Amino acid sequence: MEVTALLVASTLRIAVPYVFAAVGGFYSERSGVVNIALEGMLLTGGFACVLAAWGAESAGVNGTAAAWLGVVAAAAAGTALGALHALLCVRYGADQIISGLGINLLAAGGTKFLLTLAFGSSANSSRIAGIPTWEIPWLSDWSVTRVLFCTPLVLLAGAVVVVSHLVSRRTPFGLRLHAVGEHPEAAHSLGIRVARLRWKGVMLSGALAALGGAWLALEQHQFTAGMSSGRGFIALAALIFGKWTPRGAALACLLFGFAEAVQIQLQGSRIGVPSQFLQMLPYVVTMIALAGVIGRSRPPAALGRALEP
Amino acid sequence: MSRRGEMAARVANEIGAPIVAVAAALVVGAILVALLGRDPLAVYGRLAQAIFGSSYGFGQVLFKATTLIGTGLAVAVAFRAGLFNIGAEGQMYLGGLAGASFALLLSPELPGVVAAPLVLLASAVAGALWAAIPALLRAWLGVHEVINTIMLNFVAFALAGWILVEHLALFETVHTAEIPVSARLARLEQFLPALRGAPLNLTLFLQLLLCVACYLALWRTRWGYEVRATGNSEAAARSAGIPVRRRIVQAMALSGALAGVAAANFVQGYKYYFEEGFTSAAGFKGIAVALLARNHPAGIVPAALFFGALDRGGFVINALVPKELVDILQALVILFVIALARTAQQRLLRRRMARGVEA
Repeated sequence: MEVTALLVASTLRIAVPYVFAAVGGFYSERSGVVNIALEGMLLTGGFACVLAAWGAESAGVNGTAAAWLGVVAAAAAGTALGALHALLCVRYGADQIISGLGINLLAAGGTKFLLTLAFGSSANSSRIAGIPTWEIPWLSDWSVTRVLFCTPLVLLAGAVVVVSHLVSRRTPFGLRLHAVGEHPEAAHSLGIRVARLRWKGVMLSGALAALGGAWLALEQHQFTAGMSSGRGFIALAALIFGKWTPRGAALACLLFGFAEAVQIQLQGSRIGVPSQFLQMLPYVVTMIALAGVIGRSRPPAALGRALEP
Repeated sequence: MSRRGEMAARVANEIGAPIVAVAAALVVGAILVALLGRDPLAVYGRLAQAIFGSSYGFGQVLFKATTLIGTGLAVAVAFRAGLFNIGAEGQMYLGGLAGASFALLLSPELPGVVAAPLVLLASAVAGALWAAIPALLRAWLGVHEVINTIMLNFVAFALAGWILVEHLALFETVHTAEIPVSARLARLEQFLPALRGAPLNLTLFLQLLLCVACYLALWRTRWGYEVRATGNSEAAARSAGIPVRRRIVQAMALSGALAGVAAANFVQGYKYYFEEGFTSAAGFKGIAVALLARNHPAGIVPAALFFGALDRGGFVINALVPKELVDILQALVILFVIALARTAQQRLLRRRMARGVEA
């Protein structure tokens, strides 16, 4: 019983960055822009969060407030990267996959560059306080409810999924986003400003993915180089697996989080499977999930296609 | 405007745009350095001196470029077939592991002319097989290769890590035993004393030959035509009767084989063993090389030289600014290349339209 509860709690924690990034990816890809750059946005978000939090702590701000400042900084940095991706893909009609790869390289190099400048190490930053879980009677006593209801960023992730689900189905913005991703020419002829909507989608996706990075950094109380370790790509796979909907993507993230949680538990239990094989698990599960869902998951029709000038 | 004029404009585009991209990246890099309160000219001066200042330094650049020619070519070949091979890193890693372990199995008595090519072949086969997985998934199930090649990189690192730790690594190291002398590729310093110390080896000529071979295969054979047609438009290629699925798998396998062979520069030519992390992201840098080269074998060599020079430069500028500046420059080059590509294309299109009915 206790083991199951721990597994559930661990699944939830692991899924948080995936959920942020995958729902972020939803806004970009639904508008028709492939977003491989989620990986770099996660990484940059993590770094911006630690840098801002550490700066604020050094200036005498208390740890929790500094961490929240870090979360805001992460979102801002992610938005900036999103704007860069939009500039290249929407304004200049560049190849979206290559733009994403370029941004990932920029993020990987840039964070290490700044890490060395700010903290004098190309491996990790100084420690920051992070955001403590809330102490609420009853709820904070059991591991599952403690993660689910007492951890601010988990609540935020949940809220992002619910709001995105509603936005996608119920609001003019969400419906236009769908239209632009399916048939930009038709959307244009109806008076929707296609390019502007894509800019919004991609920037929003950057902000959300970066929140995932902030979570990673706050969990570890520091930034380590390359700490996103492929999570952005897995989040993208979760988005595809979830048929490009926020709800589906979030469920897929929970599945991938579960696979990783099982891996971590097995690693601790020494069952005789080499640890390297357990490390492969999330990546293999992602590949199998993608192969299994193809045909039943239809991408937005205009995904990857640049606008005609 | 004449047809020849248009041809010239196209060539100018193909060559000019990458040069402008490189220049723009260097300017942005200089601004970044200046913002940090350092002298950009000092940084770039140090960079230039490390590259051109001595024959040893230039040998190092050539050595690094050799690997990048291999991975750049690998990515470019896949690109021509319409495939993104983000997995060159993992293919190269497993290629190096396969090459080293195969070499360790060979009888040391085998003559070098037999042993060295056999080891190259082992690397090629391992890379090809690893690349075939995402290709098969793409061709038969329609799963886009981008995520799968990335996932397979992580799986390759873990798999090779396990094989290395459990079976091959020397005690308390992260590398294998040294491969027999017969499986090694000769250092060029043996023939050119000026290169003393630089690990430049015969792999350079092998990679140059592969560039020529890939050019001939892609532009001078029917097979290559079909691969490029598939890359241009799968649907059109299919209706022209080209076996699209087979060409996809074959092109990707060739790409993987090239990535696998790229490991030889380190394994057979430099350290003579497989070591954890020996690729130092060369597989990923291959993407940048291919992009700057416009996916053409003739462009691969200068592009690889440029990125090889940046690689070498990172070590020496570290005293002035963090060495990751070169990673930033590399990313900027990619971003500028793609930003310029489309604008250049449109300019060309406008010219053609201005020519109007005459065409």
